Amino acid sequence: MFRRRRPVEDFAAELESDLQLEIDRLQEDGMSADEARAAARRAFGNTTLATERFFESHRWRWWDQLTQDVRYAVRTLRKAPAFAAAAILTMAVGIGATTAIFSVVDATLLRPLPYPDPGQLVSVIDDLTGVGSRDVGLSQPEWLDLERSGIFEHISPAWYDENNLTGASRPTTVRLTIVAPNYFALLGVQPQLGRAFPPRDRNPGFTGDAVISDGMWQRGFGRDPNVLEKSIRLDTDLYRVIGVMPPDFRPPGLTPDERSVDVWAATSFYGPPLLMHPPRNVRNIPGAIARLAPGLTVAAAQVRVDALVAALRQEYPADYPAAAAWAVRLVPLRDRVMGGTRQPLLLLLAAVAVVLVIGSVNVANLLLARASARGRELAVREALGAGRARLVRQLLTESLVLSFAGAVSAVVVLFVAQGVLMRLVPAQLPRLHAITIDWAVLLFAFSAALLSGAIFGLVPALHVGRVDVIPALKHEGRGMTSSAGHATTRRLLVVAECALSLVLLVAAGLLVRSFWSLLHERLGFDPERVVTVRTRLPYPNDTSVDKYPTIAQEAPFVREVLRRVRALPGVDSVAVGSSDAIPLDPAQRILGLFPMLIEGRGTEATQAPLVDGTVVTPGYFELLGRTLVRGRLFTDFDSETAAGVAVINEAAARKFWPSEDPIGQHVKLSRSATAWTTIVGVVTDARTESLQDANVPVIYASAYQRSQKHLAIFLRGHIDVATAADRVREQVQAIDSTLPVFGAQALSETVSTSLSDRRFAIEAVGLFAVTALLLAAIGIYGVIAYQVSERTHEIGIRLALGADKGTILRAILGQGLGLVAAGLALGLVCAVIVSRLMSGLLYGVHPADPATFIVVAAALTLVGFCACYIPARRAIRIDPNLTLRN
Amino acid sequence: MSTKRREPLDLLQGTLDLLILRTLIFGPQHGHAIARAIKHTSDHELLVEHGALYPGLQRLEERRWITGKWGVSDNNRRARFYSLTALGRKQLAAETSKWKRLATAITRILESEPAEG
Repeated sequence: MFRRRRPVEDFAAELESDLQLEIDRLQEDGMSADEARAAARRAFGNTTLATERFFESHRWRWWDQLTQDVRYAVRTLRKAPAFAAAAILTMAVGIGATTAIFSVVDATLLRPLPYPDPGQLVSVIDDLTGVGSRDVGLSQPEWLDLERSGIFEHISPAWYDENNLTGASRPTTVRLTIVAPNYFALLGVQPQLGRAFPPRDRNPGFTGDAVISDGMWQRGFGRDPNVLEKSIRLDTDLYRVIGVMPPDFRPPGLTPDERSVDVWAATSFYGPPLLMHPPRNVRNIPGAIARLAPGLTVAAAQVRVDALVAALRQEYPADYPAAAAWAVRLVPLRDRVMGGTRQPLLLLLAAVAVVLVIGSVNVANLLLARASARGRELAVREALGAGRARLVRQLLTESLVLSFAGAVSAVVVLFVAQGVLMRLVPAQLPRLHAITIDWAVLLFAFSAALLSGAIFGLVPALHVGRVDVIPALKHEGRGMTSSAGHATTRRLLVVAECALSLVLLVAAGLLVRSFWSLLHERLGFDPERVVTVRTRLPYPNDTSVDKYPTIAQEAPFVREVLRRVRALPGVDSVAVGSSDAIPLDPAQRILGLFPMLIEGRGTEATQAPLVDGTVVTPGYFELLGRTLVRGRLFTDFDSETAAGVAVINEAAARKFWPSEDPIGQHVKLSRSATAWTTIVGVVTDARTESLQDANVPVIYASAYQRSQKHLAIFLRGHIDVATAADRVREQVQAIDSTLPVFGAQALSETVSTSLSDRRFAIEAVGLFAVTALLLAAIGIYGVIAYQVSERTHEIGIRLALGADKGTILRAILGQGLGLVAAGLALGLVCAVIVSRLMSGLLYGVHPADPATFIVVAAALTLVGFCACYIPARRAIRIDPNLTLRN
Repeated sequence: MSTKRREPLDLLQGTLDLLILRTLIFGPQHGHAIARAIKHTSDHELLVEHGALYPGLQRLEERRWITGKWGVSDNNRRARFYSLTALGRKQLAAETSKWKRLATAITRILESEPAEG
């Protein structure tokens, strides 16, 4: 039962009326009115205390005290606006930065994938570990075997591609994912309009249906509610629109393009345009996702998959030679999507947490200094009957008011600056769109404020617990309280600050060094004045309408493009290649793995190693400034009717012909090839596939000899990127008006974009490290300045007695630098550990790089010196006359 | 009433409740009258502080051993009168017997003779 309490006024009224009754009685006994009143008051004693006690037994007393404390805290802080502003600003920076990074971590790493029961979703990855090839894709029979195994509720290939959308005003490309009909049932999502593919459909060929994204519905159909009766023409095939996915649906994918697909088409991966009976050993499906059977864990499923793989290898020994060691891996879908973002994000979160801790330490220092100065006030309050617990609570309330004021201002700034801040986040980050300031983020900011406020508030509050009232009251002036204890704590806090900022600076320094080494690596190609523009030839399912069924049609098209584009004003040279011939473009990883059979090695087709393969026209190497090492480059004579030729890089030569001359060697670059391709040239290694790794074997085939649908046109000269696409489009569409031309990019821009991930990490960690350094400097300055102000009197006397100014200066500096040195020693130990943990993020620099450590330590010492020097100089300028008179 | 005034005794912890309940068994009283009754009945040995009395009354009321009601005194003044509830009577009986047992036990110890050896 919960009854309402008596109001305190009612209680006071009772006391008053009882007092009146006593006065009446005493008057009846014969006392005068005044005597009676005085006697009654004496008998009743302290009625205020009684009322107070009644009030204190109130259930909500703590709330009243809290509001009282908060009011008092706000009032006190208002009286010290500089202190309050400094503390709130420090907390706002710390909490704001931590919250901002947390919102990114929350959206990417913490929140589950936005599909029902996301823990059951896995990525299915095939490896040929025996020949060192990973993620090789799977064949249709393998997919069916896995589907029938009972391990999965659903398993669906996901084959990302681009397609030409024609029929609209201008041909464009759309992002397409080819899936099995059960794809949406697997993810557990429903269209907002219409229906998904019938999951059990296993008919040959494509279903002829398309599900489109909300964005596509908007762009292509202006949100027409009758879109379900319409068709779209992709690569000249007609698809019926059967469903529109909801606006917040994002499919899982490895690249930003895969995660923002426009159209889904469904097939069971056999029948035209594919083979009616796809062979088991042709793994043309790039990958699959699956939903595990209910109740099955990833580990348990992996055990069953391993058993299935063993059985299949036994059943089809010809397709699965033991040497290839075919294996199937299940990886939680989330891990696959998040990929390499985990480590940098966690580093950022750790870095920003360190900033928050240093900020808290600084505020703790400020509060401790204030607590010393307020010793007399606190002693008076204690003498007046405030309990120690109450005083501690009062100080804690003050610090919490500070941290919450900081948190609130931080969240307000984050809200206002959201748009600007989001632009700083690299676009490749998965689940970028999910980054918002939501309840989880607000809760985080709240907890950060609570925790930091409690930490920096407790240090001074606990010191108050040790206040000795009598000396504090007797002490003249401001009344110092246990200054020695305070000073020790403050010194320890400064040491901790120095150590933490050193760790952060080392981390930032190592990242900057890595970036620097990457920037100064020789690329092996010249990206300046090169612009790339893309186009794509259709690849219709209905082969009868295919205008480019073989290389005999493609090669003349490519030649015509070269002829026309070369004639454009400002163009010095031109080449065409497959879109993955664009160096360092992370979006162009659609195709580009050639199985390579080497003549005389006796390797079976299924064991052929997969090599990064690219298709280029003559002039490509010259245009990019690649250097020929041996043999020759492609010429116009390497045509569709001539014998097949290929060029390799030095890494491929080293890997496949370590002790032979690769020139003149014969290889087959597809499983179905009958004729041999001759290697005619070796070019120098270049960082075309990865900026970090020049040692990637690459094989180049002639664009007149090997079919390629995704094309990139390379132009070198004085070319305006903004108009390049339009000018090239005119020429390409003069040849074929159905082809889209898009994606004009300066190659130097592509190269620098490939560094954007790293740049973000460096900028963020660097910013945090500098913030930490500044905060630490403020901390050192605060401690030394406070000590100097405390010793003003003493220094004055010393100076008056003729002490040497230099000695005093050195003594003060020595004290400060002693703290810095202790911090450095502690920090170096921690930094060695931390830098080893982050070695995966480093490039071209040892985790214990002495140069970085020395520079960082020197920087910290210098900043520490300055922070000590300013107050120290003030100390020796003290006028002895002034201080002594005070 | 003794002629010689002695210092009043301190109330033992927890006995105030018992004294209030006992005093109220003679009928409803207001707070100050309860204090006076305890003082008189104890022959001025026990003095109840008002600072303890009124919060004590409040406590007993919250435990529903007594109820307080605003009424009018003999001389037409408003006063808050407390009376025992059924629960309070039961509590008084229990507390009284407990107190008596305690008092007897302590008395026994205080008055015991050294055992003959």
